[in-house]
Amino acid sequence: MATVRIPTSLRKLTQGKEEVQASGATIGEVIASLESSYPGIRARICDESGALRRFVNLFVSAEDIRFLKNLETPVQESDEISIVPAIAGGQC
Amino acid sequence: MDFQSYLKRVKAEIVETSVDEVAARPPAQLIDVREGDEWAEGHLPGATWVPRGKLELRIEDLVPERETDLVLYCAGGTRSALAAQALQALGYTRVRSMAGGFGAWKRAGQPIEKPYVMTVAQKSRYARHLLLSEVGEKGQEKLLQAKVLLIGAGGLGAPAGLYLAAAGVGTMGFVDDDVVDESNLQRQVIHNTRRVGVPKVESAAQTIADLNPDVKVVQHRVRLSSANVLEIIKDYDLIVDGTDNFPTRYLLNDASLMLRKPVVNASIFAFEGQVTVFHPFVGPCYRCLYPEPPPPDMAPSCNEAGVLGVLPGVIGVVQATEAVKLILGIGKPLVGRLLQYDALHMKFREFKLPRDPHCVTCSEGAKPIELIDYEQFCAGR
Repeated sequence: MATVRIPTSLRKLTQGKEEVQASGATIGEVIASLESSYPGIRARICDESGALRRFVNLFVSAEDIRFLKNLETPVQESDEISIVPAIAGGQC
Repeated sequence: MDFQSYLKRVKAEIVETSVDEVAARPPAQLIDVREGDEWAEGHLPGATWVPRGKLELRIEDLVPERETDLVLYCAGGTRSALAAQALQALGYTRVRSMAGGFGAWKRAGQPIEKPYVMTVAQKSRYARHLLLSEVGEKGQEKLLQAKVLLIGAGGLGAPAGLYLAAAGVGTMGFVDDDVVDESNLQRQVIHNTRRVGVPKVESAAQTIADLNPDVKVVQHRVRLSSANVLEIIKDYDLIVDGTDNFPTRYLLNDASLMLRKPVVNASIFAFEGQVTVFHPFVGPCYRCLYPEPPPPDMAPSCNEAGVLGVLPGVIGVVQATEAVKLILGIGKPLVGRLLQYDALHMKFREFKLPRDPHCVTCSEGAKPIELIDYEQFCAGR
């Protein structure tokens, strides 16, 4: 099972967990696995057509999946996957 | 032998060159052998200053190769002739003395450079910078002549602003249309209790005036918009983005690409922060990272979710560090890298950030950038 790092803004959906385990051989499968454990999380990462939302980036280790094979990017058991959404705060 | 006969003999033994020749074909190494006060009044562009009295002591460090193409100059061509003879005696084979010296150069209407001359007080204030070979007097001069614009005098702008002012960044602009609120003081360390209700740009200017009189603060008490952004950013060398909303981030991205201004971008949320440097057309831009903003219902703000007070301290100081490095041209900037900070686990992670070959603003095939209505763009269209 790969480890998925949940950003603060999505932790409401993971009962406050910062890191969760998810199975799957590709990023697409990992997102499906996340959705079955934490319903509602997929809609925050992917749009209605299933494509990755354009204000959320997924990294396998340090690599952005958009520049790999997107949702088809293979995932190893030992991988750390980071969900990094756009955040605007600064002055706040 | 009288001096004039001596000088005549020296000039016969050395090679002289002319102002025109030096202007047309700059030598590998141009050395100004005058005294410090003369150098301070102006010198040839690209020249290195080594006063005549120290020339023989320093030349081997400065010019290790004896075959280097060297031109020396002084005020009128006498001291440089004597200096050229001395260097010949030391084995330098391609030394020339510029006839007529700085005076002839200036009379010919050639460009001159006036060095920034640090005062005694400045030498003392920046002593720890001057000790660093990566900064030194040249670097400190760059800082003193640099113009940095901070977007937001809030969580990130406060620590970034304080450190940039302390470092001696000569001109600092702040863009912020807000006033200091009591709830800001848990993290916005450039403001204080007495200044609640005071415009943030004014409060920041007051703090900086007390911290470092070398810094000129420009107060832009406005909200950045498509109408004013180009006029505001055009005079600055680089931008530190610590704004609190998506429309301003996209606006600033597009405008900074138009004017090719590097942006040190950061954002914070609760216990997390992100920092990166957008170097226009060299590395990725904000739209390469996030092509579109989240719709408002998916973009929680710190006003609703809260933020740990010390978090912007860490992130703002990383921004200041990157700004100083960019000004000095040292180290490896955070270009093409996204640094993420997790305060709860005290972890820094780094993600690779390539340029997006399909980016609508900075890719090769992109249409010319036009500033749009960014509020509407971020409202979900």
